[in-house]
Amino acid sequence: MKVKVISRSTDEFTRERSQDLQRVFRNFDPKLRPQEKAVEYVRALNAAKLEKIFARPFIGAMDGHIDAISCMAKNPNFLKGIFSGSMDGDIRLWDIASRARGSLSGTKGMTLITLCEIHLMMDAYFTFLYPKLHRTCGLSRKTVCQFPGHQGAVRGLTASTDGSTLISCGTDCTVRIWSVPVAATLESDHASNKPIEANAVYVGKNAYWAVDHQWGGDLFATTGARVEIWNHNRSQPVNTFEWGTDTVISVRFNPGEPNLLATSASDRSIALYDLRMSTPARKLIMQTRTNSIAWNPMEPLNFTTANEDCSCYSYDARKLDEAKCVHKDHVSAVQEIYNLVYPYFSMDIDYSPTGREFVTGSYDRTVRIFPYNGGHSREIYHTKRMQRVFCVKFSSDASYIISGSDDTNLRLWKAKASEQMGVLLPREQKKHEYQEAVKNRYKHLPEVKRIVRHRHLPRPIYKAKELRRMVIDAEKKKEERRKAHSTPGSIVTESVRKRRIIREVE
Amino acid sequence: MGLEEEAGGSAKILPPTEQELSAELDTKLQKYLRGEGADLEALKDKKLKGQLFVREKLYGNSAKAAAKFEKWLMPSEGGYLEAEGVEKTWRIKQDQLTREVDILSSRNQYDIVLKDLGPYTLDFTPSGRYMATAGRKGHVAIVDMKSMELIREMQVKETVRDIVFLHNESFFAVAQKKYPYIYNRDGIELHCLKEHGAVSRLQFLKNHFLLASINKFGQLRYQDVTTGEMIGNFRTGLGRTETMQINPYNGVVAVGHSAGTVSMWKPTSAAPLVKMLCHHGPISALAFHPNGHLMASCGREKKIKIWDLRKFEVVQTIPGHHAKTLDFSQKGLLAAGTGSYAQVLGDFSGTQNYSRYMGHSIAKGYQIGKVSFRPYEDVLVMGHSMGWSSILIPGSGEPNFDTWVANPFETSEQRREKEIHSLLDKLPPETIMLDPSKIGTLRPYKKREKPTKEEIEAEKEAAVESVKDIALKKKTKGRNKTSKRVMKRKVLIDKAKKPFLEKQMLEEGKVAGKKRNLGEETELPASLKRFVRKKAAV
Repeated sequence: MKVKVISRSTDEFTRERSQDLQRVFRNFDPKLRPQEKAVEYVRALNAAKLEKIFARPFIGAMDGHIDAISCMAKNPNFLKGIFSGSMDGDIRLWDIASRARGSLSGTKGMTLITLCEIHLMMDAYFTFLYPKLHRTCGLSRKTVCQFPGHQGAVRGLTASTDGSTLISCGTDCTVRIWSVPVAATLESDHASNKPIEANAVYVGKNAYWAVDHQWGGDLFATTGARVEIWNHNRSQPVNTFEWGTDTVISVRFNPGEPNLLATSASDRSIALYDLRMSTPARKLIMQTRTNSIAWNPMEPLNFTTANEDCSCYSYDARKLDEAKCVHKDHVSAVQEIYNLVYPYFSMDIDYSPTGREFVTGSYDRTVRIFPYNGGHSREIYHTKRMQRVFCVKFSSDASYIISGSDDTNLRLWKAKASEQMGVLLPREQKKHEYQEAVKNRYKHLPEVKRIVRHRHLPRPIYKAKELRRMVIDAEKKKEERRKAHSTPGSIVTESVRKRRIIREVE
Repeated sequence: MGLEEEAGGSAKILPPTEQELSAELDTKLQKYLRGEGADLEALKDKKLKGQLFVREKLYGNSAKAAAKFEKWLMPSEGGYLEAEGVEKTWRIKQDQLTREVDILSSRNQYDIVLKDLGPYTLDFTPSGRYMATAGRKGHVAIVDMKSMELIREMQVKETVRDIVFLHNESFFAVAQKKYPYIYNRDGIELHCLKEHGAVSRLQFLKNHFLLASINKFGQLRYQDVTTGEMIGNFRTGLGRTETMQINPYNGVVAVGHSAGTVSMWKPTSAAPLVKMLCHHGPISALAFHPNGHLMASCGREKKIKIWDLRKFEVVQTIPGHHAKTLDFSQKGLLAAGTGSYAQVLGDFSGTQNYSRYMGHSIAKGYQIGKVSFRPYEDVLVMGHSMGWSSILIPGSGEPNFDTWVANPFETSEQRREKEIHSLLDKLPPETIMLDPSKIGTLRPYKKREKPTKEEIEAEKEAAVESVKDIALKKKTKGRNKTSKRVMKRKVLIDKAKKPFLEKQMLEEGKVAGKKRNLGEETELPASLKRFVRKKAAV
């Protein structure tokens, strides 16, 4: 007779000392977990609900400008610095990690959670420094320094790739080059309210509308009546491009190929330029004007444009006859009226450094986040006090969004509304990953889908959305009827991705 | 997909040991793959295909990791009992085992004799650490099986019919003379569940936090123990009942009735999911295999039947047992308590053919009322008229526990954590269904259309044709005339047509009714208007 019986001694299966961790044994046999699918489903449901509960994206507002914020620039070399320019010619450098206690307008609605998060966000080395910063910054609690000089609205801001130089341009027909106080001074006591003077001021003939710095090089491009390419060391543009007579309103350098840039103009065109050639390369004319362009930093041959028809269009730079994807969701019902006041800003766009999503700000007073290949936004941010959004930026670590709006405030948002900020314990990390996975697995089931998709919208936006839907449906129906009552083949429905394109010019 | 490829890749010649290993891993893999993967070749959508391919690969990899884990990292191995030479396993006595096994295990062989408070019933916590036991005469006790300590003992001074643990050892429910009661581990009465009445059997669904009870008249009740809400209250209507068992695989409650039927219930429908006639006579015991596909039932006609619940067919009939109680162990052994003899059957061929494995007789005259395998141990505990006895059944328990599922070495802190987590994962009662793998899948889209006129016509004709072909019986002279036969056929044809005509009439009637209603609302001629009753001013 051979016999063996299960026999567990307590010593083997429990910890030796009370300071030790409890011992964990696993057995992945499905038989031990009956109804595992039902359990997973319930967990997915709970994860979806928890996500909703913790979805508090608004971190804080940065108050200080006295007119609407027209443009922003990230500092590529310094994670928590951001430049903003306003309609009254003021340029400020903000420290988005430092934070005032209590007195700011944006802090009123904030919860304890966000306060804690901010503390976590600033790393340990910085935590003990920030009270000093409070005392020394006389202007506003988060402004590190100001760059005075512009007479009219600042239209474009950009920083060089090393973060040492800031270039601004505006409606006062000047381009100004500033040297940015280095990171060390940001944190020292010398972050004074002494205004910084421009290194150089170049006066042009026409108002400037946008500026962008080349990636890695020392060229930058300004736009206005024409596209001008400048060098840091020259007082005159090194190159000038002109194509058509209309104002060029935005410009972006390609992050992969430093000599390639894309512009959009008020003649509804998007143009691609190659600096190695003396003439512009290609041009695409659409039915409505493109307000802003952003290149996908991870797939630098693709770019997305923010169009005036409330949609964004993703293009492949090699194949402009058809958009890769149309991103619809913004509503901007009153756009036309506002356009009389601020004729050129209705939507801004910026890509996440991951290249997987981009953020747009619009005249409908919302900020939306879209997946780079999805037709609809995954997130919408709005607050009661936020007015029309003129500029948005993704932070360089892809975890925050900064928006500048008509109400003179910069606002800081989390890129993932329910993300837990700060340093996570490995267990917490695992839990979040698990919840994400089950949610993803059961996302198609009606109950989970309903909870995950639900967003509260302000009434005007909700109404506008309904109206838009109605208009689109009516148009669709009309076209269908027209098609049904005409000779087969005489009316061809063009795909949405092609419909708004008029022609491509070489 | 990914797996198949890799399997193909490993087809190259390996040294024999490695080949054996890979074969062993493959068999283990099947368990963790949970069925076959999706057929990706049939898909046309390239994007979806790509996404699913990645996912299938992920599933394959995790199953493989689990199989490897099982192969190499499990701390303990299962028990076994092998006969040598002319020995037979079922002839091996417990005292023979005592000599062979270690001291720790031999402590699990004992008899507790409590003569006066008899017949005892018992229940284990899912980890097998604690046992609740109740004597008919009101003796209730909670025992820590690891240290063999009595945690709480009390006398409820009433008839006790059943006892069951709730989600952990700190709460248990007792079916007493008039009502079931819920106590905590200190023996303090928390609730008296008056709505249930005098119940004969209690069961607890630990994933759903539902306490199911049945009384002698076949009234089945479900109560949510977290909120106290009564989830279901059904009259089974199939006669007197004394057995109730939960299928652990899907949470369906099976009730055995006096007429030989077994009905299966879920808390969200008033009609049974399944009604099956299992025995010719009252059902005396029921048990479910942990994989959920096998059910054992025993009737008064002294037969144990093993049922395949996927086909609802008898797999095996074992005669000569009049078991009052049945239980499946975690490894699939079946224990049957008959009189003072407990028999353990095992399925050794893997073909669901149960044969005797071990047996144990207790003192003559003791009547076994309940047999229960202790989870995660090779122990069978029998509650009988004179107390309870515990014996060793090697190979009955799962050797490796999962700390997050059921931990026999749980500390009180872990228990508290576990309670919170299990409450968060509490399943809604709707998740109880015969096939729980249906959850999370989508029902194939099928649009139910009204049958068209042609279809109805065709159906009618088919019905008529089928009647025409019926061969009429030859009747006695006079009744078998041609005219009579023709008449008879005509009646048959009319009978076949009748439902269709009735349906048609009904639909037409509806339309006509609508028309009439409309007619009433239309304006009367001016000459008749003065006869219309004026409505009272509101």
